[in-house]
Amino acid sequence: MMDGTRDQKDQLLLPPVRRALGVMTAVSLAALVGFGLWGAPPDAVQGDAQRLMYLHVPAAWLAYLAFFITAAASALFLWRRTRSPVWDRVAGASAELGVMFTALALVLGAVWGKPVWGIWWAWDARLVSTALLFFLFLGYLALRRIPGDPVGAAKRNAIAALIAFVDVPIVHFSVEWWRTLHQQATVFSPKLSPQIHGVMGLTLWMGTIAFTLLFVYLLDRRYRLAVLEEGRAEVELVRAIAERTGVAVGP
Amino acid sequence: MSADGERESTANLWREAALVAAKDLRIEARARVTLGQILPFGLLVILLFAFALDPDRGILARAAPGLFWIAVLLALLLAVGRSFAIETHHSARDGLRLAGLDGGAIFLGKAAAIAIQLVVLEVVLGVGVVVLYDVNVHGVGVVLSTALAATVGLASTGTLYGVLAAGLRLRETLLPLLLLPVLAPVMLGATRAFEDGLGGTPGDAWPWVAMLAVFAVLYTAMGVLAFGALWEEAT
Repeated sequence: MMDGTRDQKDQLLLPPVRRALGVMTAVSLAALVGFGLWGAPPDAVQGDAQRLMYLHVPAAWLAYLAFFITAAASALFLWRRTRSPVWDRVAGASAELGVMFTALALVLGAVWGKPVWGIWWAWDARLVSTALLFFLFLGYLALRRIPGDPVGAAKRNAIAALIAFVDVPIVHFSVEWWRTLHQQATVFSPKLSPQIHGVMGLTLWMGTIAFTLLFVYLLDRRYRLAVLEEGRAEVELVRAIAERTGVAVGP
Repeated sequence: MSADGERESTANLWREAALVAAKDLRIEARARVTLGQILPFGLLVILLFAFALDPDRGILARAAPGLFWIAVLLALLLAVGRSFAIETHHSARDGLRLAGLDGGAIFLGKAAAIAIQLVVLEVVLGVGVVVLYDVNVHGVGVVLSTALAATVGLASTGTLYGVLAAGLRLRETLLPLLLLPVLAPVMLGATRAFEDGLGGTPGDAWPWVAMLAVFAVLYTAMGVLAFGALWEEAT
């Protein structure tokens, strides 16, 4: 079983695909900066503070996508027919990005909230459940950092991701019942056009696309890092055994 | 034939669970860690809240439901740690593995033992809150149903995360970080239901009780399914 892990996919994306993706990510982020800061008009009510939404909304969307991918990859790992270290690495990489994007969404939201709502933080349903989501997966990452036998640890991590993910809808609905103040989502609303100015809606979509590309790119890089980390751990193990037994190993 | 076999294995599951629960409770009866340490700790927390919130202005009585559940939650962390600490001595874990018990049965047994200890704790803390915080109980039925549903949810989630962290280095610090965010809906629902049960309109509490029951059923089911695999991995 251990040996089977080595010849598994060393990289997620083929190098030419990855390079193309990197270029597309850079271009779309540059376009987002241009449209977000200059292209889109300032909001009639919120002024320039509203421009933060071009980052905040995509970050929040990516956070949810990332955690969903973590849960799906964990399920694929646990299912015997699809069990592969690939899914464990994807789950871990996606959770790390998810936590990062969640933190980004929370911080940007606070910075936006101060001028618009007059407060950094409100005990609103979506804010509270996002904060809980952040801690749920922060715990998962802490669990992942604890070393152990690779296959056993991967199984434990996959179960942990799934039982945390089951909590997400419960958290969502319980907090929703508790209080609601957050404005309704606009991007996925069917009545998009009458609500947002054309260029503003376009910029928001641009942000979503740019962040999604960035996410896939970073996911690939983090996956590669995980493969290298595993390789290093294996080399160190071999060296430690050699030191103990006094048998020299080649370079 | 197969229906009979199924009935028999279900009966076995409950019998094995009862054995494990009895074992844990017998250890508790002899060592008295919950009664001698965790229970006083809970009471101490209740007492310290009075220092944090001015006892003269009725804040304690209004905050009583939340304070009660915070104290229970903190005590749960200790109880879960204790429940898995007793398996580390004298290779008890290996003994339990070799006994050929079903993973789901061990889960139900350990969760039941924790739940029973929590009930004792809640009764004492409840009396403490009523006496110290000057609280009146209006809807006894609501309060009891809430406590029951919340306790099952707390005990099963605690047991599930207990085995997840069992045997790991850093488990003492990892367990609260893993467990508390998951239990946030229980904390929220139980507190709101207690507010209705203690203060105004007990009838408003039932949606929360239903939410707590769904949580309890969901995490108990997941525990029965996942415990075996996690128990094998725990070193």
